[in-house]
Amino acid sequence: MITKSRLQIPRPAARPGDEPDFSYLELSPAGSVDKPAIGSPTRDIEFLSNGLVRVLDDDHQAKGPWDPGLDPSQLQVALRWMLLTRAFDDRMWQIQRQGRISFYMQARGEEAISIAQGMALRIGDMCFPSYRNQGLFMFRGMKLVDMMCQCLSNTRDMCKGRQLPIMYHSKAGNVFSISGNLATQVPHAVGWAMASALKGEDHIAATWLGDGSTAEADFYHALTFAAVYQAPVILNVVNNQWAISTFQGTAGGQRRPFAARGLGLGIPGVRVDGNDFLAIYAATLWAADRARRGHGPTLIEHVTYRGGAHSTSDDPSKYRPKDEWQAFPLGDPVERLKQHLITQGRWSEAKHTALEKQLRDDVTAAWKEAQKYGTMTEEPFLDSSTMFEDVYAEMPRNLESQRRRLREILEGE
Amino acid sequence: MAQMNMIEAIRSAHDVMLDRDPTVVVMGEDVGYFGGVFRCTDGLQRKYGEHRVIDAPIAEGGIIGTAIGMGINGLRPVAEIQFADYIYPGFDQIVSELARIRYRSCGEFFSPVTIRTPCGGGIRGGQTHSQSPESIFAHVSGIKTVMPSNPYDAKGLLISAIESDDPIIFFEPKRIYNGPFDGDPEKPGVSWASHPKGEVPDGYYTVPLGTAEVAMPGEELTIITYGTLVHVAIAAAKETGVDCEVIDVRTMAPLDVQTLADSVKKTGRCLVAHEATRFGGYGAELAATIQKECFYHLEAPIGRVAGWDTPYPHAFEWQYFPGLKRLAAGIRRVMEAE
Repeated sequence: MITKSRLQIPRPAARPGDEPDFSYLELSPAGSVDKPAIGSPTRDIEFLSNGLVRVLDDDHQAKGPWDPGLDPSQLQVALRWMLLTRAFDDRMWQIQRQGRISFYMQARGEEAISIAQGMALRIGDMCFPSYRNQGLFMFRGMKLVDMMCQCLSNTRDMCKGRQLPIMYHSKAGNVFSISGNLATQVPHAVGWAMASALKGEDHIAATWLGDGSTAEADFYHALTFAAVYQAPVILNVVNNQWAISTFQGTAGGQRRPFAARGLGLGIPGVRVDGNDFLAIYAATLWAADRARRGHGPTLIEHVTYRGGAHSTSDDPSKYRPKDEWQAFPLGDPVERLKQHLITQGRWSEAKHTALEKQLRDDVTAAWKEAQKYGTMTEEPFLDSSTMFEDVYAEMPRNLESQRRRLREILEGE
Repeated sequence: MAQMNMIEAIRSAHDVMLDRDPTVVVMGEDVGYFGGVFRCTDGLQRKYGEHRVIDAPIAEGGIIGTAIGMGINGLRPVAEIQFADYIYPGFDQIVSELARIRYRSCGEFFSPVTIRTPCGGGIRGGQTHSQSPESIFAHVSGIKTVMPSNPYDAKGLLISAIESDDPIIFFEPKRIYNGPFDGDPEKPGVSWASHPKGEVPDGYYTVPLGTAEVAMPGEELTIITYGTLVHVAIAAAKETGVDCEVIDVRTMAPLDVQTLADSVKKTGRCLVAHEATRFGGYGAELAATIQKECFYHLEAPIGRVAGWDTPYPHAFEWQYFPGLKRLAAGIRRVMEAE
């Protein structure tokens, strides 16, 4: 019995050298969580934030009320996008290790989230991504070569050399610019959704942040405004267990799931298996339907695992067991969708291997093309005097004069 | 033309823009049903509805963050932060987001948010209702920082701000909401009715951003200032008998260097003045700019009058406030220096 106050310092279940231990994760069997009507009052559907919505069972069969009933051909498309994300990430990681780009962040183990949600949303719905949503940019039409050029800060870089690698944006694809700050995009999504409702449009907004960054005030501002104005928005917490070196308990995930963060404001939360393509797709469709029909915001927690390092600047072997991902009870999203399709008789190891090779070749071809627009060390180089553009709608006099000065300095060299 | 105080002029700017542009929305704490604690939005919700003039939760970071999202979705949000002292919870959203969206997306996305906020002391507000944080914002590239000193400019500049595709931080010196103030709190209050800039057109007009104005012409010394101190500077000039030219900066960033430099080249002497703390204050930028542009015209070192480098103390606000005596002493110092 506790008899006096004691400062608790949350500690993960396993550190380097320990056996991985996921006994803290509360799991529900596939198909066991009810799917309520979208108009259900939050108080009646609190169970969604405590259970775990899963469709794919351990035998790779789709089960229960959340099965979206997607055609296997659509699932093949989904698998292709997930595999492309992984092939792209693998190659870009390698390229960073060769010193050809300064920085990279991969989505290893989390590929299902961007692809399932991209497919469940409509193209007119606006996405406010975090830095592990590269699949979303790809799915919404961004070419690999353009993503690579951004990472290279070369002459075809959409960001004109202003942003770290992976901070993409796509107006055409309705995907907002990645900031590099954490959680700042969440109130933007709510404001965007408020404007959509204000204008009487049926577009909704969706946004993503990690378990760690739910601790930021912006997340709570966003929840409050979303609840108060019943904004048509989906707030996705990607709980990949790790925020660089701190585990999800450091962000307050030990006593209540992140899906329950909005309950006090009346925002329903859905805790979903983030490595189960079908479950994510179904939960997103449910939340999008709620938003579109005037039932307001939904918080979705995706329970997943960050399969790789936080970024190329990180070394996870310093703070977590090396084999932790292999022990993660929800497995690998790519493998699970693949096995599901194989079980359906609509996919095979041979086809899978061939597709992987083809995608690797596509990535290689894109990389060859991207380098033609310049690299960090090879011409052509971006004109650095473009740094003065787009600070304001029109360039003020002080920036004009600084641009002139920079050009003089450059020409003098 | 009508007689308006600054509150009425600001309200009128909202009214004009809400009427002209259906994408304009107003959001802030107490701005809707009640009409704002300073009454700047009084009656606007009744006229334009609760979807256009929106009462917000008490979360400045949320107000600014969601206003940014609305701006990205094609609206022109005008967000009120009840006191400039309350703006800091939204600081990250202003600096890291609002100011950078156009830049980092190379013009694909932008958010034309105007953030209005009352600033400055002289109303017995203590250290949490009296601050002048304009230099903090003027330091940030990607936003424009504005502070009017009279009703005519307040309305015209606010309309320009709302119409601008750039984000604007619009500071309203609340001491002069109801009338100009010469820096002597013992004198009875004066209304805007007796001031030429209290004459304000009823309808649409603009005062361009990025332009300073000669508030009082003179030949012997240039005083560069803004906000409440424009009026204190004019009073101090009269008291000293020095023929001062008083320049109202109006837009801190981007700065109208030309108007400032032309004046100092003519007078050869310069005093910069503001209510905010001195160290690292906006006056330092003004002094450095004038030194660069006008060094060979200067007959004396540039003088600086500012608030002390302390928080704004409640009981001693008139000892803190750079009033008539300190401005007059500053003028004499620059005139006597060789």
